[in-house]
Amino acid sequence: MSDFDFSVIVQNWAFLAEGLRYTLQVTLTAMIGGILIGTVLALMRLSSIAPLQWFAAGYVNVFRSVPLVQVILAFYLILPLVLQMITGKQIPVGAANSAYFTFTIFEAAYYSEIMRSGIQSVPRGQVGAGYALGFTYGQAMRYVVLPQAFRNMLPVLLTQTIILFQDVSLVYAIGATDFFGAADKITQRDLRPVEMYTTVAVVYFIICFTLSRLVKWLQSHIAIIR
Amino acid sequence: MNYHWDWMFFFQETDDGLKYYDWILSGLGWTTFVSLASLAVALILGSVLGVMRTTPKRWLVGLGDAYVDVFRNVPLIVQLFMWFFVVPELVPENIGLWMKQDLPYFVIAIVGLGLYTAARIAEQVKAGINSLSRGQRFAGLALGFTEWQTYRYVRLPMAYRIVLPALTSEAMNIFKNSAVTYAVGILELYFQYKQIIEKTSQVLEITIVVTLCYFVLAFVMNRILAFVEARTRVPGLIVGTKGSK
Repeated sequence: MSDFDFSVIVQNWAFLAEGLRYTLQVTLTAMIGGILIGTVLALMRLSSIAPLQWFAAGYVNVFRSVPLVQVILAFYLILPLVLQMITGKQIPVGAANSAYFTFTIFEAAYYSEIMRSGIQSVPRGQVGAGYALGFTYGQAMRYVVLPQAFRNMLPVLLTQTIILFQDVSLVYAIGATDFFGAADKITQRDLRPVEMYTTVAVVYFIICFTLSRLVKWLQSHIAIIR
Repeated sequence: MNYHWDWMFFFQETDDGLKYYDWILSGLGWTTFVSLASLAVALILGSVLGVMRTTPKRWLVGLGDAYVDVFRNVPLIVQLFMWFFVVPELVPENIGLWMKQDLPYFVIAIVGLGLYTAARIAEQVKAGINSLSRGQRFAGLALGFTEWQTYRYVRLPMAYRIVLPALTSEAMNIFKNSAVTYAVGILELYFQYKQIIEKTSQVLEITIVVTLCYFVLAFVMNRILAFVEARTRVPGLIVGTKGSK
């Protein structure tokens, strides 16, 4: 412990920051894409058309029962096959790019469950009131139900995003250089596991702890008072 | 699509004289063992922490809260790497050497996954205890129970039943989370999945099979706990009236 060498971190800070930037980019992409796809899935799940319900339920159940590491590796390998099938050409995707796709698709399943309970938390009368005003289904959803569902679920959506931010570390499985991957690669070279892994753990803790406190604060300030 | 499907490769021989399906079965065994052992660690420690956070003692609450904050805000893979590569360097030298040389890998992995999951279980146990009315504790104290006895005989038996659905999903999650232990050298199902892909390139078949394995593990756990839930249901609660009316 006495020879904890901070210079290793200082020297490699640029590389670590680059990794952290990648982690944040994947998190934001997957959050936005995941919430959009997740909302569509939730609407399908709650629609009255049976095939749409089955599709959404199947999607959510499959992705929620598989370990994320397995999906990351599987998509990394299968995505080029699918692209080749569609375009007929070999398109190299790369580990770093495939992760954007994987996390968006995977997180959509989790966001969809959150949005579903958000939509179900809106009183039925609200939809009826929308229809009574002459709204179509789309308008009632767009202007009445979804804004409330989103607001009710905002803290849960953000908590899921904190989990997502941590889960990006699993791109370790395909060797992409996220924040943890960067630290791991430096460790392989400089053989300073104590400094590198501790730094990663502390930085993750500070970011996630701060964010989760913010979510807690938000939760007490955003609630709709009925 | 020019993918070459070959379902029979599972029965082909591997380098070590076994068949590929043997690798999957052995991975399945390790996944089950590591998951169940971690779940046991997590249930015990999570219960202790959950109880600590509901006691009137401020320092116990603070300790429990701090534990949950730390273990929920660091990714699992980073925690496992900490246990494997950092902790042995920080403890006294002879203990560190023992951890690196003599202690089996899977023990550290089980402890790591268990401590990670304990933070989640602690949250649920706490929520369960807090959902009980204060009167339950008062009634216990009025009967002459000590503080501990009100937990043992009154509050915990209720709290566990109330949070059993949440514990069920945690118990299903642990199978998925156990896949991360491949990174610290556990030869569990995901490790074998990765290895078989490297050897055979039959990505689609093996993905389907391994996905089904995880699905079955989670499903079996779900059914077992649903059975427990039905047997331990508290009469009179909203969930308790389901099916009995």
